[in-house]
Amino acid sequence: MIRFTNVNMAYPGGNEALKNINLDIAQGAMVYITGRSGAGKSTLLRLIALIDRHTRGQIIVNGQNLERVRNRRIPLFRRHIGFMFQDHRLLFDRTVFDNVALPLVIAGYRHQEIKKRVHAALDKVSLLTKMNSYPMALSGGEQQRVGVARAVVHRPALLLADEPTGNLDPALSWDTMKLFEQFNQVGVTVLIASHDLDMIKRMQKRIITLKNGRLLSNSTSSQEDSE
Amino acid sequence: MSATPAKNTRAKKSVKTELKRRFDMWLLQHAQALVFSLGQYAKHPINNLLTTAVIGISLALPTSFYLLLDNVRLVSSGWDGSLQVTLFLQNDVSDDDAFTIAKQLQTNQKIDDATVIKRADALAEYQTLSGFADALDALDENPLPAVIIVHPTLDSADEKDIAALITELEKLPEVDNAQYDSQWINRLLYLLDIVNRVIIILSTLLALAVLLIVGNTIRLAIFNRRAEIEITKLFGGTDSFIQRPFLYSGLWYGIFGSLIAWLLITVSMQMLRGPVKQMANLYASDFELIGLGIGNSLMMLGIGVTLGLIGSWISVKRHLRAIEPV
Ligand SMILES: Nc1ncnc2c1ncn2[C@@H]1O[C@H](COP(=O)(O)OP(=O)(O)O)[C@@H](O)[C@H]1O
Ligand SMILES: [Mg+2]
Repeated sequence: MIRFTNVNMAYPGGNEALKNINLDIAQGAMVYITGRSGAGKSTLLRLIALIDRHTRGQIIVNGQNLERVRNRRIPLFRRHIGFMFQDHRLLFDRTVFDNVALPLVIAGYRHQEIKKRVHAALDKVSLLTKMNSYPMALSGGEQQRVGVARAVVHRPALLLADEPTGNLDPALSWDTMKLFEQFNQVGVTVLIASHDLDMIKRMQKRIITLKNGRLLSNSTSSQEDSE
Repeated sequence: MSATPAKNTRAKKSVKTELKRRFDMWLLQHAQALVFSLGQYAKHPINNLLTTAVIGISLALPTSFYLLLDNVRLVSSGWDGSLQVTLFLQNDVSDDDAFTIAKQLQTNQKIDDATVIKRADALAEYQTLSGFADALDALDENPLPAVIIVHPTLDSADEKDIAALITELEKLPEVDNAQYDSQWINRLLYLLDIVNRVIIILSTLLALAVLLIVGNTIRLAIFNRRAEIEITKLFGGTDSFIQRPFLYSGLWYGIFGSLIAWLLITVSMQMLRGPVKQMANLYASDFELIGLGIGNSLMMLGIGVTLGLIGSWISVKRHLRAIEPV
């Protein structure tokens, strides 16, 4: 599903955020990316979503060589990806329904279909009753779940989550991770950047550790220390 | 080979349905953007009304000047060509004598027509026109002479012949003074030409102002909806999808701005109509103000919409690119 070959990423300022990354993530996998703040976790996700372009090496996502994806084709490429963020990034002037519907509206679905899918996604995160509320009226955990629903409503092949539980208490974080696991079980490849090592280890999934832009370890729930 | 025709038609059919599906989607997304932008308009009523009002006034100003110019041209076209010489007779010439003189004048080849305004009629007209009715009533005697209006057969361009005619008429013993009023008509025509140019300059400046206003309003809207644009880009929204509602906002500004301009002009014309008609009556004219009419209204709408679209298009092209991610 995702293959990095000798990938380097330098930001315009000359800041080398990723150095010589080699990586292979199979379709249907659920993988954690961890490391300290500034290690390059977000950058890795940004490269996969073509938010930034890598400066050296080769990245293949879903069979597509990212170098060959022209800027004009980026929107279509991104429609196979779902995004989650630490700060939710919900639109506060729209209802929960409209927030979740956004990826479907973008893709041009018909109203009937949108309604059906949004209902299903909200049902999955147990927020069907809050459909017509505005995000302001929701708790932090509920807002997070709206973010989850929006990330999966268009049934993406790949789910990218950048510190999705950064603002949540341990119990809610755990629930969110379990939710991701459910999506993973129906075939979605899930990639989660997080520095919450304790929780990650409990999930028993593959963990990729970054340090100063280098790949430190690439193990399955090992006892590896990130220090 | 023999299997291909059926395959072909099926392929054609699926291409057709695919095209139809795309067209439906395109139509749907346009409708959504149209309604959405209208919703955005209603969401910030004060800001949007202010912008629209400025656009409306900017459209109404040059349009009403043009309209005024049209009206003045219409009035003056009645005057041009029918130039006339006004003969003020000596004070002691009676109305009867005046008619005799007029008859004589009509035999002159250079004169097409000569009409008498009797002393009493001249007084009555002066009273209504000047507003000095009371003061004139107080006088025992009518201070005004009889007047003969002479329409020459000459063209207003033959200034020399006209001057000769005037000297000839002034030599008549009964004539006190002959006045020829075509010079001011010529001056008026020159003036109208200048005014016309001023209006063109003004229109251009105001059109520019509308572009700036729409552009700036859209710029602010883009800035305010930055988060939404970012998210939309992340979830695969194309540039045309993202810019569509902003372009439609420009369309709405144009439509509503034109509507306001139309209202402003129509109400003003309605307020002027009465007084103008009264004045026309005084001059025994059946002149009536011409209003906007359907053609001009549609043209104003077209100009408003075009300016709104161009303004928002420029703004969108300039400011949407700057928002990450690409
Ligand atoms: N837009 C940017 N321009 C320049 N440098 C950046 C930018 N974003 C991140 N960086 C740098 O790249 C490195 C990795 O950042 P990031 O991927 O955000 O790390 P993490 O998500 O693991 O905290 C850091 O040194 C950071 O300062
Ligand atoms: Mg980060």
